[in-house]
Amino acid sequence: MSGSELWLFIDFGSTFTKVVAIDPATETVRARVQAPTTVATDITEGLGAALRLLEREVGDGVAYTRKLACSSAAGGLRMVTVGLVPDLTSEAARLAALGAGAKVVGTFSYKLPASDLVRIRDLRPDLILLAGGTDGGNEEVILHNARRLAELDLAAPVIVAGNRVVADEVVAILRAGGKEPVVADNVMPEFAQLSVEPVRERIREIFISHIVKAKGLQAAESFVEGILMPTPNAVLNAAVLLADGCPGEPGLGELVVLDVGGATTDVHSAARGAPTDADAVVKGLHEPYAKRTVEGDLGVRYNLRNVVEAMAGEAPPSAPGVAPGAFRAIAERFSRDATLTPETAEEAAVDAALAGVAVGQAMRRHAGSVEVFYSAQGPISVVRGKDLRGVSLVLGTGGPLVFSPRREAILRQACYDPAERASLRPVDPRLYIDSEYTMFAFGLLGEVDAKMAVRMLTRYCRPIEEGTSHGR
Amino acid sequence: MKTVVTGVIGADCHIVGNRILQMALEEAGFKVVPLGIMVSQEEFVKAAVETNADAILVSSLYGQGELDCQGLRDKFEEAGLGRIHLVVGGNLVVGKQEWTDVERRFLAMGFNRAYPPGVDLRRVIEDLCRDLGVPA
Repeated sequence: MSGSELWLFIDFGSTFTKVVAIDPATETVRARVQAPTTVATDITEGLGAALRLLEREVGDGVAYTRKLACSSAAGGLRMVTVGLVPDLTSEAARLAALGAGAKVVGTFSYKLPASDLVRIRDLRPDLILLAGGTDGGNEEVILHNARRLAELDLAAPVIVAGNRVVADEVVAILRAGGKEPVVADNVMPEFAQLSVEPVRERIREIFISHIVKAKGLQAAESFVEGILMPTPNAVLNAAVLLADGCPGEPGLGELVVLDVGGATTDVHSAARGAPTDADAVVKGLHEPYAKRTVEGDLGVRYNLRNVVEAMAGEAPPSAPGVAPGAFRAIAERFSRDATLTPETAEEAAVDAALAGVAVGQAMRRHAGSVEVFYSAQGPISVVRGKDLRGVSLVLGTGGPLVFSPRREAILRQACYDPAERASLRPVDPRLYIDSEYTMFAFGLLGEVDAKMAVRMLTRYCRPIEEGTSHGR
Repeated sequence: MKTVVTGVIGADCHIVGNRILQMALEEAGFKVVPLGIMVSQEEFVKAAVETNADAILVSSLYGQGELDCQGLRDKFEEAGLGRIHLVVGGNLVVGKQEWTDVERRFLAMGFNRAYPPGVDLRRVIEDLCRDLGVPA
């Protein structure tokens, strides 16, 4: 296989460094390997180990002509967001940060008191997003918060995305305090109207220019062309590419992606989410088309106890094919060793049950809700958030999902349940799987060749019935 | 430019009059933040905080306005906007009641202005301009 040309896509994950080799001539995935991430010592050690594994699969004498990476190592992109009213500009800022693939470690509202400043300092964020006020709206609070943040003993850059009338003043205050402010358009320029794209762009730029170095990842940049974005951003990119396609390459239409991990469960929707019911009254923020939420408390390894607790309704927790009383013991074992993969049928059943609960909870929190009120004029539906009932495709990714023989049953938990009408989840969608667990790679590929990314996404994201089985 | 928040309070779904009010206000040069129907007191307050509104125009048509509006001034007090200009109008009560009584009750509740059903919007806007110090 010498003399051939491959493109490499690397994900410096919190646990594993994954490398995907794509043959651009045939548009196929040639290999996918992983080795433990070594961020504590030198990030290139783990990368080197993964590349040696790769060489075994593709042979030597191969030219790697593109090398693009994303990262969620070293704690991911840790962000603090600051807004004014909790469910308005604070929520808008949080959604913008999540959409950029950040890990939102703190969300603050109103005028920051001294105690909040202490908390922000102790959270040690990589980046702060400062919002507040619609354009022409409240000025006082963002100015106050800028003065407070200016005094803060913290090197993190600050993105200013609030009331544009005072943006220059806010920047001047932060600069006078030795901070590095960057301006973006207001996250909520008009009441309840979001504008998250400009903020997401600024976050990406700062990720590349500042965060990679601050996290000690720059050693990897001697090998890769660039660490372009946080990993969740690559997955959201892939979700949007798969849904929308690009000029000349049709996509599959609106969809939801469930990404189950050891520590968190991410949900990405590429969908307008307008109410299915034309008479419905819509309340709250008009959420973005490309929306990501992450449930930091729902993982099937690190945060497994929360998932088990969520099953408390059926105490003791159980699953089909698991001996009574064995469930907790197996779950405990998973909890102790995050790298453990299920070996026995019983372990696989426990793993699948946990993933199913995580998927159901995460989707419930991502999707909008409807409440019916009985008024003098008859029943009225009030919808909050995205109505995803009309979305006809749900795609699963992440190790615990892709490699599970029960992935269909797990993904079903993300769907609409007639017994729970208030939760606006997809009604009877087609279930797809990221068959080679390479979605992040296609999200990165989209940065250099969107058409190829769409073609490969539509080829490798397959209906579950036809998916390649990794089942153990 | 002055910013005003409009909305139909409570569980009331009558939107038409509120839209007409919105159009008239925009025509008169106001920046309108329209909250639509079924607006809770909290929504009025939150919208006013973010948009730094100069006045709140509360509509009610289904006869339960008196219940829905109680405590609204206090909510603005709590949010630090105690001095905001509050206006209410529409079919505020059920049954045949003397308007002067109804008006008195709404003013006592903390509204700066209250208007009966069928009021001429030109009058409402003239008052609003005068109250907010805008040349009409």
